[in-house]
Amino acid sequence: MKGSKILLECLKKEGVNTIFGYPGAVILPLFDELIEDKSINMVLVRHEQGAAHMADGYARSTGKAGVCLATSGPGATNLVTGIATAFMDSIPLVALTGQIPTSLIGNDAFQEADITGITRPIVKHSYIVKSVEDLPQIIKHSFHIAQTGRPGPVLIDLPKNILVEEIQDFTYPETVDLRGYKPKYEGHKLQIKKAVDLIENAKRPLIYAGGGVISSGAADELLKFVEKTNIPVTTTLLGLGAIPSSHPLFIGMLGMHGTKYANYAVQESDLLIAIGARFDDRVTGNVDDFAPHAKKIHIDIDPAAIRKIITVDVPIVGDAKNILRELNCKKTKHSEWVEQIYKWKEQYPLYYKDNDEEIKPQYIIEKVNELTRGNAIITTEVGQHQMWAAQYYKVEKPRTFLTSGGLGTMGYGFPAAIGAQAGNPDKLVIDFAGDGSIQMNMQELATAVSYCLPVKVIIFNNGCLGMIRQFQELFFNKRYCHICICKDIDFVKIAEGYGARGYRITKKSDVETVLKEAFEFNGPALIDCKIPEEENVWPMVAAGNALSKMMDGMA
Amino acid sequence: MQQMRKTISVVVENKPGVLARIVGLFSSRGYNIESLTVGETEDPSTSRMTIITSGEQVTMEQILKQLNKLIDVIKVIDMNEERCLERELALIRLSTSLKNENKLMHIINISKARVMDLTSEEYMIEVTGTDEKINAFVDLIGTFTTIREMARTGSIALSRPKKQGTGRPASNGKKVSEII
Repeated sequence: MKGSKILLECLKKEGVNTIFGYPGAVILPLFDELIEDKSINMVLVRHEQGAAHMADGYARSTGKAGVCLATSGPGATNLVTGIATAFMDSIPLVALTGQIPTSLIGNDAFQEADITGITRPIVKHSYIVKSVEDLPQIIKHSFHIAQTGRPGPVLIDLPKNILVEEIQDFTYPETVDLRGYKPKYEGHKLQIKKAVDLIENAKRPLIYAGGGVISSGAADELLKFVEKTNIPVTTTLLGLGAIPSSHPLFIGMLGMHGTKYANYAVQESDLLIAIGARFDDRVTGNVDDFAPHAKKIHIDIDPAAIRKIITVDVPIVGDAKNILRELNCKKTKHSEWVEQIYKWKEQYPLYYKDNDEEIKPQYIIEKVNELTRGNAIITTEVGQHQMWAAQYYKVEKPRTFLTSGGLGTMGYGFPAAIGAQAGNPDKLVIDFAGDGSIQMNMQELATAVSYCLPVKVIIFNNGCLGMIRQFQELFFNKRYCHICICKDIDFVKIAEGYGARGYRITKKSDVETVLKEAFEFNGPALIDCKIPEEENVWPMVAAGNALSKMMDGMA
Repeated sequence: MQQMRKTISVVVENKPGVLARIVGLFSSRGYNIESLTVGETEDPSTSRMTIITSGEQVTMEQILKQLNKLIDVIKVIDMNEERCLERELALIRLSTSLKNENKLMHIINISKARVMDLTSEEYMIEVTGTDEKINAFVDLIGTFTTIREMARTGSIALSRPKKQGTGRPASNGKKVSEII
């Protein structure tokens, strides 16, 4: 059996049915094999970066590892941003790259790039296959490593000769035993007991939930824990969906663009329970002044996440799902504390000044909420629209809000939406985009059209790089430069040029009808919404400040 | 924050690319490497790396954890927490002359160094010990003559045997410096 055939058989054993990829000279033996194989759906992308983000969107929305495929050299290097995005957000991804034959490696051969070297700091692990006999075990290990512990991307570099070499037969390993990799899933009993003591004695406890709750599949356990203890919950950007946004104890996102009431709650809490979150600088602001009155419990599957940024009182290493089940606290109310937070919420709500002349981005998001009622999968690009989405979109279920949090990759959302759609054919998938970000991977319109993947793109078009404009306004004395990237671009024509539907909204009264029509249309559609250029994201904590120092645009 | 120095022993898979992962981890996260040595262990499928690093306490803790996260790392041992033996070897070429020969030989002898080669103008010597000892030796000998060239291996370290039954080191409670 040929190496390429063995590879496909192994992928099928791992339950892979969709690959996002792009051909090239050295990877052709694998594509050739795919002709006969009807059980794997090969999505041909238009740029390898798109393939990596699609695999990422597929993984985030389905919970299964996403697989992307590229040829050697430029094909492989084009995956890099996508791999780094997945790495920063702990997303299970298996990236397959072609490589020149092993006999030529190191000779600067045509389309040679040391991709395992290039990606070393941004993968959980990587392999270069040196012998076809090793292939089954490497595939088994790769999927195991990508999907267990703290998930992450794994890269497998496949020299061409490996793909064409033949061996008699192969057996796919049933089990994995890696002596250097044994993730810990059960929390330490004594630590759990200490945590329970702290929780039962806290007056102003607060849960700070991150992406780990979602990747661990612990949303149900979190909800049960919250309902028993009546502890309010704030989440990180990646934690949105860990608890339904409509839940009365959910108080929005914390951090730089968090709600005021969430940030006040953090600063006033006497116990902060971090679950699957890593105290990122966009969350903490000034670390020394973060939750200054709070004892801290930190639950994380990655021991290195603990005490990396902040000293905690009770660290618990293990799987969030298991640990939440083990946290058997008595029923509590914390009525005064919850009342206090509701008062803040009333006093300092999320707020924007609406009017009938303009289309406010927040208004569009509220309309999307009304039309989708939490049943859609939302992806975002990076920038102002991303923060408005995080603030105003009601995420009701885990794995329905996909966004590049750690790396902050513009151009992520659209291919991620295509990947999510491929993994969830019956769901409505919407990419919230800026006019800047969408231009970074717009070529994937062709992919959406050719595979009839009916994703919707809503462009929040303010004619400039809005978040950068906001920073220049606030921190560079309104010295605006290099932010106008969209003058006279006709996005509708572009969509039509690719064979998708294009809509343009210039009047507030059209928002609902156009969105409805686009959502009902069974094909990819792009909706260009003109929003005011000077709309800012509020509230805001400037980088490095304490969370209590929130600016807003109300002055 | 107080700076500290740590010797870490890392048992890794004896495979290509593993050294690059370790070194890459240090450079990408901005950790210091003062010295690093690699060699096979009693099990040919593993290698032992001895890394001397320095930094703040929290950084040291992160280094141990981040090393542990690497898939190819089998075991990370904080040698500061162990009773261990640490050794380095240096090869040194020195200028000699009739004037300083006696003094040099005296220092070489009391330092348990050895002359491995010589000409009328030069000694080539070999010296082993902890890196502090070699530093001290180099400093001292440098006051009498010119060091023409030097190569050092970097430290290797190994935990001392534990006394049977008690789990305690077999040194009768003596300090490391007292028994070597």
